[in-house]
Amino acid sequence: MAGVGAGPLRSVGLPALLFLALCAVGVRGLYFHIGETEKRCFIEEIPDETMVIGNYRTQMWDKQKEVFLPSTPGLGMHVEVKDPDGKVVLSRQYGSEGRFTFTSHTPGEHQICLHSNSTRMALFAGGKLRVHLDIQVGEHANNYPEIAAKDKLTELQLRARQLLDQVEQIQKEQDYQRYREERFRLTSESTNQRVLWWSIAQTVILILTGIWQMRHLKSFFEAKKLV
Amino acid sequence: MPRRGSTQCWAAAAGRWGCGLFVLLLLLLLLLVPGPSGASEFTFELPDNAKQCFYEDIAQGTKCTLEFQVITGGHYDVDCRLEDPDGKVLYKEMKKQYDSFTFTASKNGTYKFCFSNEFSTFTHKTIYFDFQVGEDPPLFPSENRVSALTQMESACVSIHEALKSVIDYQTHFRLREAQGRSRAEDLNTRVAYWSVGEALILLVVSIGQVFLLKSFFSDKRTTTTRVGS
Repeated sequence: MAGVGAGPLRSVGLPALLFLALCAVGVRGLYFHIGETEKRCFIEEIPDETMVIGNYRTQMWDKQKEVFLPSTPGLGMHVEVKDPDGKVVLSRQYGSEGRFTFTSHTPGEHQICLHSNSTRMALFAGGKLRVHLDIQVGEHANNYPEIAAKDKLTELQLRARQLLDQVEQIQKEQDYQRYREERFRLTSESTNQRVLWWSIAQTVILILTGIWQMRHLKSFFEAKKLV
Repeated sequence: MPRRGSTQCWAAAAGRWGCGLFVLLLLLLLLLVPGPSGASEFTFELPDNAKQCFYEDIAQGTKCTLEFQVITGGHYDVDCRLEDPDGKVLYKEMKKQYDSFTFTASKNGTYKFCFSNEFSTFTHKTIYFDFQVGEDPPLFPSENRVSALTQMESACVSIHEALKSVIDYQTHFRLREAQGRSRAEDLNTRVAYWSVGEALILLVVSIGQVFLLKSFFSDKRTTTTRVGS
């Protein structure tokens, strides 16, 4: 490398390389394959007032080259989020790479469903799509360097903020736990009641049918003059 | 040799070398960077006779942990299989309810793990898994980590680790509770159906017994149609 070009290289090369690095990392690790009309759903059981951030990136399978293309514009993913009561919280179309956020207002099982709505996959047969997905819940969703920059916190203050967020999440989870335990207890008590009533009812039915049987047969035999 | 000239030469050479070294360092970082870190946890529903696989690119030497638990469905068991980039099976268990497996990646590449519900005919299973790769990313993606942590900072770090394990235990507790609750709700509906069903059976059997008995004593004319069971 010529020493002459060192200056411009440094000013352009560094950001470019960093950008490349970020692109290479992109969305964190885990990925799976999804078919053309296939819908993949994930369940997140979360307390209320919890923020959930999902990042995804899709890659299309190129049948000729037998490789996944790094990025395909024009590929869309439909993201649908349902709350525990079945009501739709978020239903939006995103591009081939996207980020969706929602905050829960009721505690419980939220369902996050993803499906591709692209018809291009039918053209490039094989119809296989690679989806990188990352869902962060609660305090994991916080971007601490950003918070530090925005609120101008020192390192110690940022660490304290992180600990406070974690403790808040634990607290919310405990509240949710109490709510669920109550539901569990109601279900168990309902089962208990049902078993109790059923055993009483069964005994009564048994006795009544026994009495009816004997009376009916007695009158039948008396009519037949056998008794 | 004039001093100025030599220093200038040296500076130019050093500048060139420094620049090249800098670029090389960045390229190396680029190679190292794709190794992801952190954890992914998902809960999904596995339909009957289905198999779902997940993949992750892992760098050599990274310590990884895969943990899974079946929350609802049938006998609460699933098949799990973990393979390394060459297809060698690192972990394989059939019909397991809960397990945790730690391994160190022996080579770079794509690791694959699959959950299979193919042995089940009609029960859907809800499965939770947590795949931890390496360490969590540091709070400060900073370069100036030359100074050691102060006492306050290391106290904060240990509190953070302790809280992370509290959250982890909470998650496990939540899953166990969900499993227990699912069983309790199953039991509740089963008791309801069973009680109604048994009441009906009881009535039908007792009335049927009486009529059958009566038929034994009735006139021969009508027995041919009644006696045949």
